[in-house]
Amino acid sequence: MSSNSSSLPSEQSTRARRRSTWSDVLFHRMTQGFALLTLLLLSGIIISLLWGALPAIKHFGLSFLWQAEWNPPMNRFGALIPVYGTLVTSAVALIIAVPVSFGIAFFLTELAPGWLRKPLGIAVELLAGIPSIVYGMWGLLVFVPIFAKYIQPWLSQTIGKVPVIGELFSEPPIGVGILSAGIVLAIMIIPFIASVMRDVFEITPAILKESSYALGSTRWEVIWNVVLPYTRVGVVGGIMLGLGRALGETMAVTFLIGNINSFQGFSLFLPGNSIASALANEFTEALDEIHTSALIELGLILFLITFIVLSLSKLLLLRLAKSGGTQT
Amino acid sequence: MKSRFSWLAWRRRMVNYTTTALSLLAMAFGLFWLLWILWTTLSLGVSGLSLGLFTQMTPPPGTEGGLANAIVGSLLMVGLATLIGTPIGIFSGIYLAEFAQHGWLGEVIRFMNDVLLSAPSIIIGLFVYTVYVTYRGHFSGAAGVFALALIVIPVVVRTTENMLRLVPSSLREAAFALGAPRWHMILYVTLRASLAGVMTGLLLAVARIAGETAPLLFTALSNLHWSTNLDQPMASLPTVIFKFAMAPFDDWNRLAWAGVFLIVIAVLALNIAARTFFGRKTV
Repeated sequence: MSSNSSSLPSEQSTRARRRSTWSDVLFHRMTQGFALLTLLLLSGIIISLLWGALPAIKHFGLSFLWQAEWNPPMNRFGALIPVYGTLVTSAVALIIAVPVSFGIAFFLTELAPGWLRKPLGIAVELLAGIPSIVYGMWGLLVFVPIFAKYIQPWLSQTIGKVPVIGELFSEPPIGVGILSAGIVLAIMIIPFIASVMRDVFEITPAILKESSYALGSTRWEVIWNVVLPYTRVGVVGGIMLGLGRALGETMAVTFLIGNINSFQGFSLFLPGNSIASALANEFTEALDEIHTSALIELGLILFLITFIVLSLSKLLLLRLAKSGGTQT
Repeated sequence: MKSRFSWLAWRRRMVNYTTTALSLLAMAFGLFWLLWILWTTLSLGVSGLSLGLFTQMTPPPGTEGGLANAIVGSLLMVGLATLIGTPIGIFSGIYLAEFAQHGWLGEVIRFMNDVLLSAPSIIIGLFVYTVYVTYRGHFSGAAGVFALALIVIPVVVRTTENMLRLVPSSLREAAFALGAPRWHMILYVTLRASLAGVMTGLLLAVARIAGETAPLLFTALSNLHWSTNLDQPMASLPTVIFKFAMAPFDDWNRLAWAGVFLIVIAVLALNIAARTFFGRKTV
């Protein structure tokens, strides 16, 4: 009797445990399956792009990368112009966006009074939430006319007179072109870089900053000599994140870059083309297989560039998170 | 000696003043664009609003029309993409937060997910084109749904994982101590505790795909006519705006501004809703 009563509950609990282990294993595997899907997706993207680009890779070989001719009627394609446009617009965007984002992050972490920080932070994040097509349309129909009428003439009369750099601002002002695309890109990536910078600035231990203030440092000296060295890796990671965005941005650039597939000079006032906007404009109109394939190869190049940039950004941010002991 | 010292102090103060002023300027610069863009879309968008916008189809140039087919197409594709992407994203997030905190597989998936999160959306469109559109032989709304779902997934994975990790482990231990199986503990304790955060991520994901244009260009294409058939090309607000804004016709431009107004209002509303949602429950 006594043995019976003691064995019954234990047997029950074993059975219950076995049932729960079984359902746990099932649940574990199911979630794992979904997670592996993400992994599959990324490799799927690379494989499908490679597959689609294969005819162009076979036909043009490595010279695709430095050929400047993009001539659909003749079926001659080279990636140089769109790659150049992508890199230069992103560089212009970074040159403008990095100092501005640093200023915003400095303001939000050190200068702004407490009650102002949250609303301003939200405003910056709203700027990031506006879809890129809105930036594109606003840029083309509102910004470009003003830019061509007032800012471009002013630029060519001031910086345009400086030797060497002046070359970049030398052409007649027509509004659309690499410079206006770069400026609108800068506006779009400022919120991304600024919010990463703000987040990494905030992980600086208060005791470091307070010690520096106690030694008589000014606010600028604290941010420049204490906070920035401490978070350098994270700041670079944030900049890379912004760069990744700028490289792959499609709609805003398509509206603004002018979509010209030939190289006419180094002036930033000239129209050009970027990888993403070449895809957006030509892909559905491409008739020949080789044209489609060349466009897919462009997409593959874009994906590889952004993949490298984003991986570096992620690695740098991870390194900061590890050394800082805090999650970013 | 004294004069040198005071000169240094003066210089330090001046550097501080200048950089403070520059930082204020940077903040003003950022806000300036936000206000300018919002003001433009509001002023130009409101003038384009009318009842016909929601009842009439997209017109050929030079005639009256609305955006009804584009609005419905957008709602349909965004809704379906969210329905498909959300469970996949939530379960993957659960895996990363509850089963794979450490170990190489979790690290790899987390890394890949972060790359996908910021990958150019036009590449996603290209991927769906080569995998699905060429297989079916024509553009379709379903391909658009597929592409948008692929953008939803990484956003949901990231927020779900982050939110689950904020749940204190004492809650998990308490559930275990009561004899709950692990899946029960996850679905009824930790996921429920982080529901507000997960919803926030979902709303932000919807806000993001509502304005996406690039992945739809080669998948759903666009359609001048009313169509809710997922196997046919389907109109959407962003693609119609793209076409109408680039065209030199005034009435098309006016419709594009009205469309931009609708998208901006929807995206801002979703963003604000996400923030209040999150603000109320967990912080």
